[in-house]
Formats: sequence, structure tokens, C-alpha cells
Amino acid sequence: MAVQSRPRQAFAIAGVLALALGATACSGDSESGLDPDSAECAPYSAYQGHDGESVSIYASIRDAEADLLRQSWKQFEDCTGIEIDYDGSGEFEAQLQVQVDGGNPPDLAFIPQPGLLARFAQANKLKPMTAEQKSLAEANYPADWLKYATAGGQLYGTPLGANVKSFVWYSPKAFADNGYQVPTTWQQLMELSDKIAAKNQKPWCVGLESGEATGWPATDWIEDLMLRTQTPEVYDQWTSHAIPFNDPRVLQAVDQAGQVLKNPKYVNGGYGDVKSLTTTPFQEGGLPILQGQCSMHRQANFYANYLPEGTKIGPDGDIYAFYFPAVDPARGKPVLGGGEFTVAFTDGPAVQAVRQYLMTGEYANSRAALGNWITPNNKLDVSKVEQAVDKLSMEVLLDKSAVFRFDGSDLMPAAVGSGTLWKGMIDWVNGKDTKSTLDFVEGSWPK
Amino acid sequence: MDFADETPKLLMLLYGLAAFAVVVGGLLVLLDVVPNWFARRREAALVAASAGGPAAAAGPRPRRRSVANRPEGALALFFLLPTLALLAIGLVVPAVRTTVLSFMDGGSENWVGLVNYRWMFAQDEIFGILTNTLIWVVLVPLVATTIGLVYAVLVDRARFESVAKALIFMPMAISFVGASIIWKFVYAYRSGEYDQIGLLNQVWVMVGGEPRQWLNDPPLNTLLLIVIMIWIQAGFAMVVLSAAIKAIPGDVVEAARLDGVNPWQMFWQITLPSIRPALIVVVVTVSIATLKVFDIVRTTTNGNFDTGVIANEMYNQAFRFGQTGQGSALAVFLFVLVIPIVIYQVRNLRKQREV
Repeated sequence: MAVQSRPRQAFAIAGVLALALGATACSGDSESGLDPDSAECAPYSAYQGHDGESVSIYASIRDAEADLLRQSWKQFEDCTGIEIDYDGSGEFEAQLQVQVDGGNPPDLAFIPQPGLLARFAQANKLKPMTAEQKSLAEANYPADWLKYATAGGQLYGTPLGANVKSFVWYSPKAFADNGYQVPTTWQQLMELSDKIAAKNQKPWCVGLESGEATGWPATDWIEDLMLRTQTPEVYDQWTSHAIPFNDPRVLQAVDQAGQVLKNPKYVNGGYGDVKSLTTTPFQEGGLPILQGQCSMHRQANFYANYLPEGTKIGPDGDIYAFYFPAVDPARGKPVLGGGEFTVAFTDGPAVQAVRQYLMTGEYANSRAALGNWITPNNKLDVSKVEQAVDKLSMEVLLDKSAVFRFDGSDLMPAAVGSGTLWKGMIDWVNGKDTKSTLDFVEGSWPK
Repeated sequence: MDFADETPKLLMLLYGLAAFAVVVGGLLVLLDVVPNWFARRREAALVAASAGGPAAAAGPRPRRRSVANRPEGALALFFLLPTLALLAIGLVVPAVRTTVLSFMDGGSENWVGLVNYRWMFAQDEIFGILTNTLIWVVLVPLVATTIGLVYAVLVDRARFESVAKALIFMPMAISFVGASIIWKFVYAYRSGEYDQIGLLNQVWVMVGGEPRQWLNDPPLNTLLLIVIMIWIQAGFAMVVLSAAIKAIPGDVVEAARLDGVNPWQMFWQITLPSIRPALIVVVVTVSIATLKVFDIVRTTTNGNFDTGVIANEMYNQAFRFGQTGQGSALAVFLFVLVIPIVIYQVRNLRKQREV
């Protein structure tokens, strides 16, 4: 080994390092909060006393929707001095697991899958609610929604946003021009589809591509049709695996969905043949309606977020939605929906304050005022909801005659609900038969 | 983009740079100071020993050697320690833990024995994934190395050699995810009524074909994904092999020329045997990279349409589906597949050293 004596260089290196370190150290945050004692901040007085603390939130909500979220708690931050550090990720489900396993969980997370929530709860990773929070939650949310955030008799979270999935988007103008009626039964829906197909047009457009989650929009079709061809009880048995996944009743529902999804005469308006379903991004799935290349697109109310800026949404606009009709209206009005739940992985006082604030009516109203959002929070002032589809969704959500069920694939274990079921749906759309698809999913249910 | 909004990220970047500077700078300082210190001590010991005079000459001889040698060993150990510690934390512990987890259930709570391994070979899906991995690992090293070699030979001493080499080397600089996104556009599909946006479909339509969903039909889609990997790796093969070709002694080439070889004989009898060690290094490196392939599959198809490979399925099982046991079993299997390649490589290196 060649050993040379170069103490000067060593000191020079050390000196440069010291400078570099000094430079990075000079960066402080400048607080620009409101006066905590002002009238504006009065509603937040209960959450004050944690000035300068920060709370991290991790969720799957990104882009424009995430900006609205940040905006919705801006005033809370300014008045309480709590800094909310929000991070939305497209790999939320996998990364949350990694963060929790790595001992570095976020303080709060918005989990859209009750199945995943239960998994964390059973692993003792989630902090249960305090008695005070629990009674607030019970006062503000319907019991059946809280049920989805309950595991082992403990309440772990409250719903934040909600969505209604049983909608078909269409162009009111095109319907009027062609003399089409909004169908109110499955029968009418199919007759309308045939009528459009007879004109050599594709009535439906569908997009199933969603990156890692490709296939999920197809599971919504299956769930909606499970609710329409079977009773809600059978639906519950299906999602909890009390009946096998390849039960003949499931087969019937899937085949009924196949009447549309696998029908080359019906799909895929604006994109190509049946196989184009799996490669069409779900965000772009319904856009051909605006170009008149297809007539109907079954997707949740949140599809409004993906419409180009300036699109007029409403009963007399460029695009609007109608309720995905029941097969037999006499048997009630099934509604499929979803939502995300606020859960806590840590329980510092600032975290508790944010958690508690997010379940209040004040928060629900401040978020709803920004648009494109609904919630099952019953303190929400429905008259203040302005966007047409939001209004329609709230009507459906609050409809007492409706039978509401949570998205089935989100209730199932992740290995099925966000694994083999998605994959199975893709193979099924690409030509695999229903029976062997369901056998494949059944075989993968964790024992 | 608003720079103010990005402050946290920029700050994090600064921290990272600072941490990097501290660690690397610290190591440099250590490298400078510590050996100096040992050198001075050794000098002092030598001086002391020689100052002892002839009376001490018979006795301390072996002692003097050990005084001079022991610190060297300690020094070597001192520099090895961080590496050993990092290897233990980053490689040995996870490997052992993964192996242990592969014998447990999805939640890593109960022992299940060999159930996960049985699952791996019983499921048709997983069998398809193993087959795909095999196709990858056979085709990519073979084709990438061949292309790299042929290219290196063809451009050797050509007029615009550096430009030609840069062209094929450039994909190396693109991340796997970036490359996959680029190629996704190449394979993009629009139905016949519309203008094609994908290069491949446009060419296909021009020669009279119907636009196809290239990534939708097995087994063609796996081959098309393999093309992406080859596109990236051929540049690496070319650079290493080109350097090896340039290192062939000029007199060997000249002697062969004087013996009157044609270019074909030159390639098979002079070039190829001379660059054999480099060739093996390239094939082994590309093979290991191919066994681990994950980004390409995940970005383009996410393993749908029967394109799954082991690494992708391992990630899905362990992190997305919460089936840690099954994911770990796949990881262990992948590890087992890499071992023979590594053993071959190590033995090969040893053999070269002996020669």
C-alpha cells in the first residue's frame, strides 16, 4: 500500500465539508399562520395548543383531488399551527404495508379498503378511538358506515369521502337528439343498447387499465350485478366467503355483466374491440361520450374529476349520469359505493386533534364547498353541495329506500380483492370463460 | 412548476448531498490519516529496532516482523468492518429472514412448513411465471451479448466509431421504467378507424396489417418485453466487449494477418478466444440482471396477460396481497436460481487468476 503524507488535503476536505454542512443548516421555516385568537379561528380553538407540531397523512388520493384536500384543511393548519404533511401515492396499498412493517408508519392514513383496514387492525398496528372520538363518530356517521371501520368490536376509523358507483354516464344532448330515454330497468338498458348497436354504433365504452390496479372497474360491474341479480344477503355472503366464489349465483351475475363487457357489438366505443378494454385507461374510458363515439359509460361519481376542464356536467350539459338501473325495480334500489377511512397509526396529541377534526361537520362542509366530493357525514349541509353529480350522489346516498353495499372487492382479502379478482377479470374479458375464471379466484382465497 | 412548493424536496436533496459528503469525505479523511498513523508507527518501530544495536539483533528479529505486520492486519480489518457490517445488515440478515418467512403463513404468524413452496409449483399461474422467467433468462443474455459483440466488431476502427457506439450505449442511461414507458408508446394501440400513435402499429398498418394489441397476446407479449431489456443491455455488452477487442495485443492480430486469415477466421480464431473472459463477465452480469427483472414487466403490463416473472410476482404477493410467506418463497427460489450463476462466475475468476 502506498502511503503518502497529505495532511493539508485532508484538512481542506474537512473544511469544505464543514462549509457545506453550515450552508444546509441555514434553512428555517417561516410561520405565516393566522392569529389563533381571531374570530376566524374560533371554530378551531378546541384543537389548539399543538403549535409547531406536524402530522403526516398518507393516502392514495393524488393530483387535483389532493390539492383540494390540502386546501380543505388549510385554515385548520393556520389556526392551530399544526402542519399537515400530506402524501398521496399511486402505490399506496403496497407502500403503506412497507412503511408499517418498517416501523415508520404515517401518523394518519386514508384507507379505501375495509379489508386492508382490518388486516392492520388485527396486526395491532392501528390506534383505536378514544371514547370521546367514538361518540363523535357515532353522532356524525351512519352505523353501517362505521361497521366497515370496525374490527374485533373496536372502532378504528371514520369515513372521510364517499363515492357512489352505481352510475352510468351519458350525454343528455345526444340522448335528446336521438330520442333515447334514460332507462330505468336492466331490460330497458339492454333494449337501448341494442337500438344503438343496430345503428352500427358501439353503445358502451369501458376502460379497465389502471396501472397496478388494472381490472378494478370490471369488479364494480360484477358487484353492481351481484346486487341486482341476488339479494343483499347473498352479496354479503359472497364478500365474506360464506359462499364459494364460484357459486352458480356468482356465475350468473358475472355472465350478466358479460352481456355488455364481452359483447363485441356493445364495446368498446371509441377504442376498438373487446380486447381494448384492458388497455384503455379508466380515466379515459368515458371520454368518447364527449366526442359522440359511444353513448354510455358505467363509472362512479368521481369520474367527474377526469373530465376535461370546462366540461359542463348536468342534466342539460355535455355529460351527466343516471342511476345504473335495477334488474327488478320491485325488489328495491341497490347502490354500490365506496369511500376511504381515516385511521391512526400513532396517537400523539396533535395526531388526535387532526383525526378528531377530520370527522367533524366543519371539516366535511369545508371540503364539500370545494366541489367534486361527497361524504356520509350527516353534518354535511347538502344544500351547499353545488356540483350536479355530487348532488345526485348525495340524493342516492341519503335515499332511505336504497340498499347500500360497500365495494365488494375492497371488503375481500387483498390477495383476492386487489389480486386474483382483478387478474381474473382481465383474463375473462380477454376471452377466458366464466367458470374457470371463478374457479381460479376461488382457489386463491387465503385459507 | 412552483419552486416554493418543491422546497421540502429540494431540502431533502440538500440533506442527502450533505450526508453523502460527510460519509465520503469522512472516509477520505480516514484513508488519509489512519494509514499515515500506522506508517509512522511502523517507521518508529523499525527505527527503535535498528537502534537496539547488534546485541539485540539475534533476539528481536522475529518480534520486529510481527510488530510491523500486526497493525497491517488490524488496518485491513478496520477497513473491512464497515463492509462486513453493511453486508450483514443489508444482505445476510434479510436473506435469513426471508428464508424463515417463507416457511410461515401470509401474516408471518404461524409456521406452515413447505406449504408456500408447494403452492408455488401447484398453481398454473405460478408455473407460467416460472416458464416466463426461463424464457427471459435464456433469450436476453444470448441476444443482448450477440448484438453487442457483432456491433462491437463491426464498428471497431470504423470512421464514426464513437458516434456509433454512443448511439447504442445511450439506452443504458435510461432507467428501466423510463425505457418501458418509451416502448409502451411504441407498442401503443388504436383501433383501425383512427390514426395509430404507436410506431409498431403504424409500421404494421403500412405493410397492410390490422392494428394489433401487441402487449395483449401471449406469448408474443413476453418476447416484446424482452426486446426492451435487450435494447437496454446491448449497449453494456457492446462497451465491455469493444474494450476487450481493443485490448487484444496488436502483434497477435498482425501475426494472424501475416498468416493470411480472412475476417471470418480472424473473428472465430483470434477475436473470440481473446475476449472470452470479457464475454463470460457480460453474459453472467446480464443473466443476473435478467433474473431480477421487475421494472419492465411492472411498468408495461404488471404481469397481466401471462407476462409475469418471478420478481414481479414476489412483489405482488408480499406487498400488495399481504401473502408474505408466498412472496418469500418466490424470493428464496429466485435466490436459488442465481446461486449457480454466481458459483460459475467465482470459479471462472479464480481460474483466470491462476493463469
